[in-house]
Formats: sequence, C-alpha cells, structure tokens
Amino acid sequence: MEWVFFGLFGVLALVGSVGVVVSRNAVHSALFLLVNFAATALLFLVLGAQFLALAQVLVYAGAIVVLFIFVVMLVGNETVDDFVARERPWLRWAAVGFFLVFIAVAGYSLVMSGWEAAKGLADYGAVERVGAVLYREYLLPFELASVILLAAMIGAIILAARTRPPLGRPEE
Amino acid sequence: MTLQDFMPILPEMVLLATAVAVLMVDTFLGDKRWLTWVGLVGVLLAGAATYWLALQPPADFQDMAASDAYTAFFRLVILVVTGLGLLMAMNWLEAHGEQQGEYNALLLLAAIGMTLMAAATHMLTLFVALELFSLCLYILAGFERERASSGEAALKYLLLGAFSSALFLYGIALVYAATGALTFAGIAQKASLSPLFLAGVGLLIVGFGFKVAAVPFHMWTPDVYQGAPTPVTAYMSVATKAAAFAAFVRLFVGTLGVEKSAWVPALAALAVLTMVVGNLAALSQHSLKRMLAYSSIAHAGYVLVGLAAANTTGTAAVLFYLLVYAFMNLGAFAVVIALERQGEGDVTLSQMRGLARTHPLLAAAMAIFMFSLTGVPPFAGFFGKLYLFQAAVQANLTWLAVIGVISSAVSAYYYLNVLVQIYMADPETPPTLAWRPVLGLATLVAVVFVVGIGLFPDFWLQLALGGMRVILG
Repeated sequence: MEWVFFGLFGVLALVGSVGVVVSRNAVHSALFLLVNFAATALLFLVLGAQFLALAQVLVYAGAIVVLFIFVVMLVGNETVDDFVARERPWLRWAAVGFFLVFIAVAGYSLVMSGWEAAKGLADYGAVERVGAVLYREYLLPFELASVILLAAMIGAIILAARTRPPLGRPEE
Repeated sequence: MTLQDFMPILPEMVLLATAVAVLMVDTFLGDKRWLTWVGLVGVLLAGAATYWLALQPPADFQDMAASDAYTAFFRLVILVVTGLGLLMAMNWLEAHGEQQGEYNALLLLAAIGMTLMAAATHMLTLFVALELFSLCLYILAGFERERASSGEAALKYLLLGAFSSALFLYGIALVYAATGALTFAGIAQKASLSPLFLAGVGLLIVGFGFKVAAVPFHMWTPDVYQGAPTPVTAYMSVATKAAAFAAFVRLFVGTLGVEKSAWVPALAALAVLTMVVGNLAALSQHSLKRMLAYSSIAHAGYVLVGLAAANTTGTAAVLFYLLVYAFMNLGAFAVVIALERQGEGDVTLSQMRGLARTHPLLAAAMAIFMFSLTGVPPFAGFFGKLYLFQAAVQANLTWLAVIGVISSAVSAYYYLNVLVQIYMADPETPPTLAWRPVLGLATLVAVVFVVGIGLFPDFWLQLALGGMRVILG
C-alpha cells in the first residue's frame, strides 16, 4: 500500500520538476513548482512526518511560490527568452547528456550499494521530536541559520532600500 | 547546558556580538570611521579568545564544531585577514560614500562562517557555515551599486554559488545515504569504496572546487573578482580560500584519509589543470584585478598539490601556504585600492607606469608582494611553494611537483611584468593615488609579515604542524 502511494506521489513530483524546467512561460514554471512541492509534502506524509509535510505546504507551497508569482507579475516578462540556447544550441543537449549520466551514476550506485534504513522511531515526524532534535542536537546549525537570516536582512536593506549619502564625509 | 559548554565557540560569539554592536553603534554615531575601530576591537577580542582556547585542552561543541590546534590556526589566519580587510576598506568606503556599518557587520558575519568552516566536525555545521560566509560575500560583491559591473559580479557569484551549494548538499546527502552518519567521526568509521559513497565524495570535491576556484570550476572567478569592489575582492580572494581549504583538509585528509587512493588522483588532476590554466590565462590580462584573479586560481592549484600529497608535510604546507598567501595577496590588492580611480573599480597595467618615480615606497611594497607571489627567496612565498612541492615529492608525486615548478616559472612573466611597468616604463599620466594612512598601515602589516615569515619560516611551520597533528593523529 505504501509503495502505491510512494509511486504515485513520486511520479507527480517528477512531473512537476520536469515541468518547471521545460515550461517557456514563467507562471507555468511557478505552478509546476507548486505541484512538485505539494507532491513532496505528500511523500513526507507517507513517511509519517506530519510536521515536515505541514511546513512544506506552509513555507514552500504557500509563501515561496506566491513570492515567485508576485515577482513574475511585477517584472512582467512572463515568457522566457532562451538566448543562450539560441546562440549555442548544443548546450541544451550537453545539459541533457550530463543529466542522464548523473542519473545513471546515482541510480546505479543507489541500487548497487543500498542505503541505511531510516531509524524506526514511531513519532519522529511529530512536532515534539523535531523540536527536540532542532533545539538540542542541532543547536549550533540552527543558531547559525538565524545568523544567516540576519546577514540576508542586512543584504536586502543594503541592496534594495538604502538611500545614498552625498559623496565625501557625511555631515556631522 | 552550562555556560562552559559554549566556550569552544567563544571567538564566534565575540564576532557575532561585535557585528551586532557595529550595527547598533552605526545608528547614533556621526563619524562612521569609528565603526572600523569597533570592528577591529572585536576581532582583537576574538583573537584573544582564540589564544585562550588554544591553551585549554581541545574541546568540542556537541560534536558539531571542534576547538583544537587546527581550528586555532585557521581562526588566527581568518581573524588577521578580517582585521586587515576592515582596515583596507575604511578609506575606500569613506571615499566612495558607501555604508560603513553594514559593510563592517557583513565582513564580521562572514568571518564567523569562515572560522566555523575550519572548526566544523559535522556535515550540517559545515554546510550552514559555508552558506553563511557565501551569502555575506554575495552581498558584499554587489556593494558598489553605482557601478553596473559590481551588480553583475554579485549576480554571477550568487547564481553559480547557489548551484555549487546544491551540488555540495547533494554530495552530503549521498555520503549520508552510504554511511548513515553526518559527523566526521561517524563517516570515517563507515567509509567504504561503494559507488554511492564515491559519487557523494565526487560531488563534495566539485563543491569545494567551486569555492576555492579550481579549474574547471573557476569560470566565475575573473568576472566576480574584477567586478566586486576591490576591498571585497581582496578579502574574498584570501579568506574564502583559507576557509574552504580548512574544511577541505579536515574532511578529506582527516576523515576520508583511509580511502585516500580514491580521491588523490582526482585532486592531482585538478591541481594540474588549475595551475596550468590559471597561469596561462593570467599572461594575457591587462586589468590588474583580472590578472590577480587568474593568479589566485593558480595559487589554488599550488595548494591542491599539498592536498593531493595527503601526508603530514603536505597538509602542514597547505596551512603554511594559506597563511603566507593571505598576506601577500592582501598586500597586492591594497596597492590596487590605492591606485584605483574614483568610480572605475579597476586598475590597468598601464596605469602602473612610472609608479616608482612618483611613489617609491608604494612601488617597493608592490615589488615585495610580486616577488613573494612569484616565489623568489627570501620572501615568504618561496618557502610556501618549497614546502608544498617537497611534500609532493615525498608522496611520490614528483611529476606533480615538476609541473608546479614549471607553471610557477611561467607565472614569473606576468608578476615581473608589473614591476617592469612600475620601474622601467615612463608614466603617460602620473598615477593618481587614493593613498591614506589606514590603508598604508594595512600595507605595512602585510609587508612586515611577508618579509618576517620569509626570514623565520620555521616558527610558522611548527605552528602549522601543530595544527596538522590534530588532523592526522
């Protein structure tokens, strides 16, 4: 039963991600991304990770895709002008080739070597579990991530919102 | 958890507090130049914390980051570079009317990521630290908004950097799938030559290759180094290399050392490509910043030689070289900053003409940096290359050392060409200088260390060896 759902949502996720790359229209790409995010959330559910599934829907499918669509609407340039592919058409085939080689290598090595099974904790997807791991075991990376957000905030202000003082010494 | 548990990351906490302090002081300070000194005090305090930690027995923070002699060495390198970076930017920011508070804060935040790269003993810490300093550098590369090439540099760096981060993360995922471990110690225990593991290690090499600008992952380097504001380029070229190589050595020589045979050929091939392509491309550059960008690619190649040697001398030589490279390259960029004309963001070779006649001291400093970058004794760069190539010979990679020596002979052409312009050509227009006392101080520090390490290389080599023993046991 589990495998049926896995197969279904897995294929859905793949279709979504291929659609993101193949679409010429940026809005379509964003919508395909939504399909991919939703399918990934469902995969998390199949794994029994309810909290991750919820976060995936809220953060990615909700906030990020909406942001993408906003930007596409604001910029207004909805169809992608693929100028690189026009000048160097072989690049596209090279990319497809690299992709196939990568899939072959990764797939072969996955099949050949197998992987460690996920630790079978009953409620590892629950909020308490995630919280405990996040704030105890992974305290340092978690706090570092907040420093990254601080840097990103400074960056957004610097690059987008600053008004330039006149050249030379600022008035005192 | 008690306060004692946080001690292993004390220098990083000091840096974070300083960055926040700089931002807060910025809001009510009239003379923004003081912000540099606030930042510098923080860097000095972090240095004192590092020194104090080095006297304590090694400790770690929840198996996430280790504070040992190896970390201490890189913390010192990165703190010195950050201090010099703050000084070199001070006059430049003032002259360009750029925000000093945000600049200094971002530099300090980047330093946190970089020192944690050296300390990381867990894949997640490593990745988050990598993202932290990369993000700060993306922003800093686009800091000069008035100049289009600065924005171009930031965008290129961001896109390619994000791409390389994705590959790096994929590598971590595959290694995790193969070993079931994220801590370095756990990975070392379960390391095997399964295809899955090798695919992961390959992706990790690609990720590191992007960060240290190794050929063929170097395409972004010339454009980003040329377009970014010169003080940022200076900082980026030395600090990123030190941080990325710090993690590279700990992860590969330390953790994956048992499976050496799997990755040494790959790194040796990368080293050859990087040295040859970097040096050949640098020959035909007219822009000084672009030339130094290709030269920094070539220097990443020399360091990779020491990494491919994968023995105690080789990795100690890597540490030694990164220290030396920091001073000589920062110095060379300080001269570029001094010569840069307002709003151009770059210096051409012909602008250097006749510098010796108008500014003999600056010309002499540039001569020292160029000789050291070439590897002429008695300057520090000579000993750096000597140790690296010696280690390659010891590891039965003599052919690699030979290629290194030949390609560094090629590099003499473009380094000495700068000196020919400075000393022998007549000036078309007398070089104009944005020469200020603080920038002069930074240049002086760089000169003192390039000469000083060259005169007393043993002391610094012992320091590097002390760091290495932690890694190789």
